[in-house]
Amino acid sequence: MGRRASAFLWRHPKLRLGLLLGPPLLWFGGVYLGSLLGLVWQSFYTFDDFAGKVRHDLGFDTWERLWSNDTNRIIVGRTVVMALAVTVACAVLAYPLAYFMARYATRRVKALLLFLAIMPLWSNYLVRVYSWKLIMAKEGALPWSLDKVGLGKGLEWALDLPYIGGQGLTFSLLGQFIVFTYVWLPYMVLPVHAALERVPRSFVEAAGDLGAKPATVFRSVIWPLALPGVVAGSIFTFSLTLGDYIVPTIIGNSKPVIGAQVYVYQGVAGNLPLAAAFTFVPIAIMAVYLTIAKRLGAFEAL
Amino acid sequence: MATTGSSGRAESAVSDPAERAPGRWGLKSAVLGVLLFLNVPVLIVFLYAFTTDDQAFTFPPPGLTGKWFEIAWDNQDVRDAVWLSFKVGIVATIAALVLGSLAAAAVARTRFFGRETVSLLLVLPLALPGIVTGIALRSSINVLGIDFTFWTIVAGHATFCIVVVYNNVLARLRRTSGSIIEASMDLGATGWQTFRYVLLPNIGTALLAGGMLAFALSFDEVIVTRFTAGGSQRTAPLWIFDSIVNRPRNRPVTNVVAMAVVVVMLIPIFVAQRLTSDASLLGAPPTDDD
Repeated sequence: MGRRASAFLWRHPKLRLGLLLGPPLLWFGGVYLGSLLGLVWQSFYTFDDFAGKVRHDLGFDTWERLWSNDTNRIIVGRTVVMALAVTVACAVLAYPLAYFMARYATRRVKALLLFLAIMPLWSNYLVRVYSWKLIMAKEGALPWSLDKVGLGKGLEWALDLPYIGGQGLTFSLLGQFIVFTYVWLPYMVLPVHAALERVPRSFVEAAGDLGAKPATVFRSVIWPLALPGVVAGSIFTFSLTLGDYIVPTIIGNSKPVIGAQVYVYQGVAGNLPLAAAFTFVPIAIMAVYLTIAKRLGAFEAL
Repeated sequence: MATTGSSGRAESAVSDPAERAPGRWGLKSAVLGVLLFLNVPVLIVFLYAFTTDDQAFTFPPPGLTGKWFEIAWDNQDVRDAVWLSFKVGIVATIAALVLGSLAAAAVARTRFFGRETVSLLLVLPLALPGIVTGIALRSSINVLGIDFTFWTIVAGHATFCIVVVYNNVLARLRRTSGSIIEASMDLGATGWQTFRYVLLPNIGTALLAGGMLAFALSFDEVIVTRFTAGGSQRTAPLWIFDSIVNRPRNRPVTNVVAMAVVVVMLIPIFVAQRLTSDASLLGAPPTDDD
């Protein structure tokens, strides 16, 4: 019986494929894609401000409201700037580590360094965010260490800066920036390292032999070859910052970012259409970003 | 900084001239700094789990004690939250194992229209911002009139866990020859015997590794869970989030739970790491090499 069934399936590859692919596709088509399409659909509903209810007539009202609202545009701008700043900081921090791993580390040291770079990814994300609330508290480890090395004044000065400063690091955009950089940095280290691994050592040596200064070697040999890796890493750091609402809830001044605003719209405000429309802003931004990334060859470096 | 002192000597090809360059100390300290930046924060949480300080967060801690562990252990809320996370993780992992390996088997063994799209589709829940997946699932659960329960959390978690299993099993199947299955069947084994004695030993560690990673992913998740959990359902990450944002007085216990969650997560990760070298860490789809 079982044998006959397997023979039957062997003779009918289409049926076999259907049986294999059916359940996962049903799940994804039904549960996931269905929900995503439902979300698109919802964004065409209208929210009645007076009744505080969603009206089920389709139209572009919600989308118009999303664009015409200055607050929303400011929120999008703020989130994108933060995502870009975090991406640049991650690239700057990841580069020396990745470079060292790719060029100087012995096999065993490299394995250890990779482990230490990936380790944070496998610690609880929320705990990692929380750790900075402890570290950046007024009496916490960071202000303490800065005081010890005589940089306490520097911190005060930074917190006095308009816009990015605040009551304390925990309550400032500066602090938020540090935490985002910390949380997503490993996602940058891995692709940059992978890209640098592929830069042939002989290229660098040849450039040196031909009289190029280290800065020139970096600018005209290493950087162009490592760029796809940096762009690949930036896809992660940029996208993850763009959609995150946990970090801004825990660290920062209460100025909303895209994710937090979406959460407010769907929760407290009960304006699901606007929340739905708003979630497509980061997706649209990412689509543009990915198109540029593809041009720069990032997908070969993933 | 690489080749400052490079000359035409023969040995420069063997020994890297930069080994002696002074710039390397700068590089080394940058590496050390970045590694400290990446790893010290979690250790700080561990340290604070032992502090005697229960109000402020004085660094360095004024004294060390183990009493918070006892208090956290006796806290029924904490126990419920951790236990719920375990249950959700296990069930979501089982669902992901079944669905992920089915999809991997289909993609590895057959060519069909839209085959390349499957990888893309499965990685979507990890690639899109968590808030998109969260709101999408929440609104359709609402539309369908389903109550938010244990099962809605599991459904959300399974959705983004599938891809980890899929990537691991697919990578393994591509390295396993398909002819061993045919040989087994030709030699008269039943479908079950072939599965049990030929296929399973080959993909077993990939399944286990994928399952471990899926469990860790589920145990870690907070963004989607906040949307799919019912009012009375609180996983360990949700409990921690709630404590951080709403109950600052609960800090000492929060520190202990935070430490426990990190330690519990590391166990499956280490096991997965030992079992396989192709555990895909970023959930990126494996490259199509055939």
